Amino acid sequence: MNSVVKLTALEQLEMLRSGSITSVELTQAHLDRIAEVDGVVHAFLHVNADGALATAAEVDRLRASGATLPALAGLPIAVKDNLTTIDEPTTAGSKILEGWVPPYDSTVVSKLRAEMMPILGKTNLDEFAMGSTTQFSAYGPTANPWSTDRIPGGSGGGSAAAVGAFMAPLAIGSDTGGSIRYPAAMTGTVGTKPTYGAVSRYGLIALGSSLDQIGPVARNVQDAALLHDVIAGHDERDSTSLPEDLGSMVSAATGGSLAGVKVGVIKELTGEGFQAGVSARFNESLELFKAAGAEIVEVSCPSFQYAIAAYYLILPAEASSNLAKFDSVRFGMRVTPEGNPTIERVMAATREAGFGPEVKRRIILGTYALSSGYYDDYYGSAQKVRTLIQRDFDAAFAKADVLVSPTAPTTAFKLGEKIEDPLAMYLNDIATIPANLAGIPGMSLPNGLADEDGLPSSIQLLAPAREEKRLYSVGSVLEKAHENVWGKRMIDFAPEVKAGA
Amino acid sequence: MSEITPEVVRHLAGLARIDVTDAEVDRFTEQLGLIVDSAATLKAAVAGDVPATSHPIPMKNVYREDVVLESLSQEAALSGSADSESGRFRVAAILDEE
Amino acid sequence: MAKAELMNYEQALEKFEVVIGLEVHVELNTKTKMFCGCRNDFGDEPNTNVCPVCLGLPGALPVVNKRAVESAIKIGLAIGCDIAPNGRFARKNYFYPDLAKNFQTSQFDEPIAFEGGVEVEVPSGNTYKIDIERAHMEEDAGKLTHVGGNTGRIQGAEFSLVDYNRAGVPLIEIVTKPVYGAGAEAPELAAAYVRYIREVVKALDVSEARMERGNVRCDANVSLRLHGAEKLGTRTETKNVNSLRSIERAVRYEIQRQAHILANGGTIIQETRHWHEDKGTTSAGRPKSDADDYRYFPEPDLVPVAPSKELVEELRASLPEDPATRRKRLQEAWGFSDLEFRDVVNAGLMDPIEETVAAGASPQAARKWWSGEIARQANAEGKDVSELNVTAAQVAELAALVEAGKINDRIGREVLSAVMNGEGNPGEIVSAKGLEVVSDDGALMAAIDEALAKQPDVLEKIREGKVQAAGAVIGAVMQAMKGQADAGRVRELIIERAGQ
Ligand SMILES: [Mg+2]
Ligand SMILES: [Zn+2]
Repeated sequence: MNSVVKLTALEQLEMLRSGSITSVELTQAHLDRIAEVDGVVHAFLHVNADGALATAAEVDRLRASGATLPALAGLPIAVKDNLTTIDEPTTAGSKILEGWVPPYDSTVVSKLRAEMMPILGKTNLDEFAMGSTTQFSAYGPTANPWSTDRIPGGSGGGSAAAVGAFMAPLAIGSDTGGSIRYPAAMTGTVGTKPTYGAVSRYGLIALGSSLDQIGPVARNVQDAALLHDVIAGHDERDSTSLPEDLGSMVSAATGGSLAGVKVGVIKELTGEGFQAGVSARFNESLELFKAAGAEIVEVSCPSFQYAIAAYYLILPAEASSNLAKFDSVRFGMRVTPEGNPTIERVMAATREAGFGPEVKRRIILGTYALSSGYYDDYYGSAQKVRTLIQRDFDAAFAKADVLVSPTAPTTAFKLGEKIEDPLAMYLNDIATIPANLAGIPGMSLPNGLADEDGLPSSIQLLAPAREEKRLYSVGSVLEKAHENVWGKRMIDFAPEVKAGA
Repeated sequence: MSEITPEVVRHLAGLARIDVTDAEVDRFTEQLGLIVDSAATLKAAVAGDVPATSHPIPMKNVYREDVVLESLSQEAALSGSADSESGRFRVAAILDEE
Repeated sequence: MAKAELMNYEQALEKFEVVIGLEVHVELNTKTKMFCGCRNDFGDEPNTNVCPVCLGLPGALPVVNKRAVESAIKIGLAIGCDIAPNGRFARKNYFYPDLAKNFQTSQFDEPIAFEGGVEVEVPSGNTYKIDIERAHMEEDAGKLTHVGGNTGRIQGAEFSLVDYNRAGVPLIEIVTKPVYGAGAEAPELAAAYVRYIREVVKALDVSEARMERGNVRCDANVSLRLHGAEKLGTRTETKNVNSLRSIERAVRYEIQRQAHILANGGTIIQETRHWHEDKGTTSAGRPKSDADDYRYFPEPDLVPVAPSKELVEELRASLPEDPATRRKRLQEAWGFSDLEFRDVVNAGLMDPIEETVAAGASPQAARKWWSGEIARQANAEGKDVSELNVTAAQVAELAALVEAGKINDRIGREVLSAVMNGEGNPGEIVSAKGLEVVSDDGALMAAIDEALAKQPDVLEKIREGKVQAAGAVIGAVMQAMKGQADAGRVRELIIERAGQ
């Protein structure tokens, strides 16, 4: 391995700017790393070496000619495979889209191209981002770089593992109920879910339209901020895109003091139900906040007890409608049964063959939640719970500037566990779902290793809508405090990737 | 107390245009039953007049000017289709519903 | 299928009360589609006015066309509706290959306009108040072509082809409340109402409003109940009725069909029925059932449509006169009798006559040609006059030729049919065919003398004061001149002769 891949994105950028490495060299180093470990990790569904190297060469040429380049020009990146890319397949981890090359780029991918970032390839995810382990990918699971027989979290396990295993310095994720933050927690990386509408969803294959949000995946807070600033901003192609500029995350991620900052601990998301080692590290971090000058207050969000139930009605309902377009007519798989079937039969056979069990389960559940006679009891009630949860957050943010909790109740569990038990599986997102329901921004940070298993534990920071800058300023302070305590970065504890026992 | 029966699951699968095997029907009936039961607690939670939230960040009146933007070429439009003919998407005959 | 048995219309009305309800879809004439920037022009090469949004490709998102919203508000105001201060779009979920996303983005419980009403006059001169329940915005579907089998028809087709150029074209759906008490005039009322809506959207310039092109489409709900009965009868919804004439025929047909079934102890199935212009019948389509569970929910990819009071009032102020006022104004300007004017309206001739008068013809002349020769032709072909191959300018030119005495009415009719045959403009045709009236007295005198030679006693009779005797000669002369003579002039010349 060329050790350059172990550097932070910012360090790699400095080398590019100073000319001590070319973008082609840097991109090749990551392609080599992919060749070295992705056979085991399986973070990528598709690697676009030629495309990435072509962009890299263009950047090197322009840099040599003295042209002024975008800030992140030449820095390679990986993209979750539920964002459309005009030059490589986009499958959303589903058989029904196998080999589909979209005729358009998602807005975020257009921004990466404008920034001249070589796109290494598309990363693995649970089919249509439905899942929290990446085991529901139709193309096989992704392994956790820390322990390859364990889940990397999901749905964005591919992006988190790619960054965590040094196959990419940065990656794009999407977060509907925790799909950026939960994998970050499982892989000792950093992931941010911005405020709903802060990043354009145009070209993101929709799961839960009122919950989905694209965000950065990185190995530290500063790097996440670099990418966040590139992808955020208004887009007239997305009616729910925020019109206002939420400011520079990079300028917020500067560490420093937390004097006068109130950090609220969410009572309902601590203690019972959380793995001992996770709670221990969490409490240590509260001490670090105090040491940095912050005041710790306890806040209560009683409605969170309904969050998962509400989420698993709203999300399937919206998904059942969003996924109706996968019907074999205009794109994607077509299965034609024996005899000369009608189009109705072709659609039903295609969807049976093309969708995996979790997708079918949620489509049918969502169809139920919306069907006449049940709407008010289910979808309707769930939308009201959303209001209650927003009120809980409003009350909590009246007392605190940021809220904190562990990102996940446990560390990474073994591949194959809980796979036939949806309810148990759904609990993985207990701490991340409320932010999606309320539309507020959240960040997951590495929080040390749990004593029981030596696997990454994590802490989640939450801020009021449009206040993601708080996540970066408070997050960067905690990160520095951790590095002072540990003497190195969390990612440096990661063992070298090897096939699981 | 779950209303989810195999018949319900089959009806829903029909509405969702998904063929389901008997095995799937049994599995989904059980699993959906559990989820729906847990969802039943919501009704009580929102008794009283709580407004529904369908957009997490409320906005209104987001419009496009009535100006023509670039469309796809016919070739690009048809590029992903399993079958096309004379510039159109080709599909199996439609059940007689007119 | 076997032709349904019908009850005699008068009998049907003696026995049953007719209740109708009308859903009119108006296609807006915006430059672009409802939710994307593709051209609102589906006559083009198939699948060339499409994009990820209207093709329903994964990841695409809709953005509402501002002009479509303003048009919807104008229509709502023009039919007396209130405008919702906070309306929303909703998804209507059902699978059909012409529906790119397999849901139609429409409006459900929060339409942009609601609770309106219009006064509609039928041929008898009676007027009826039609209550409007709502007008909402939605998108059109793509176009299916069924290939194989008895081609063009869905039954027995081997496969179908889909063109999404029309997918996403903005539609306004206007829904009436049930209309009672029109009795025997229910079919005329249905047609008159749709004509009224057409006049409204044309005056607003928000739609081309050409029924034959599907710019205005009507679904007619018809149900019967015994006179005095409380409960509404089961209704059928007749679709794809695309001319005013067929609306009238279709409603009448359903009344007679349902009456026969009910009178014979049968029951009406709630279903959509399809109008067959050719046979003049309706046939059963899909029965409406619980399977039609559209699972409506608020469109999460769009935000509420919340027009400000200011915008609504601004649009209200911009409204043109309503059809009733316009009719009053035109009748006075043209000086038509009530009967004349009603015939004009019911024949759908107001617009062409207005254009013809604007092109310089006298109102009476314009009326004479449009409600005479042209209307007759339209009826013969079962078409709308707008579909015939003749323009207001051509009719005005024709009227001018007659006015100037260059041709007479009989020749005029001949010229007009030539125009409708696409042989050119009236002037060209007259000169090409040498139809101009002979005004050369020399030629006329020659013909007159020839005729007088055959009837020598005529001059004597005239001298004795029996002027009408000239008639015999006039007839002969006109014949000799193949009609291309001004009878008045011929008469004068004969009398001159008698005076010599
Ligand atoms: Mg409709
Ligand atoms: Zn389009």
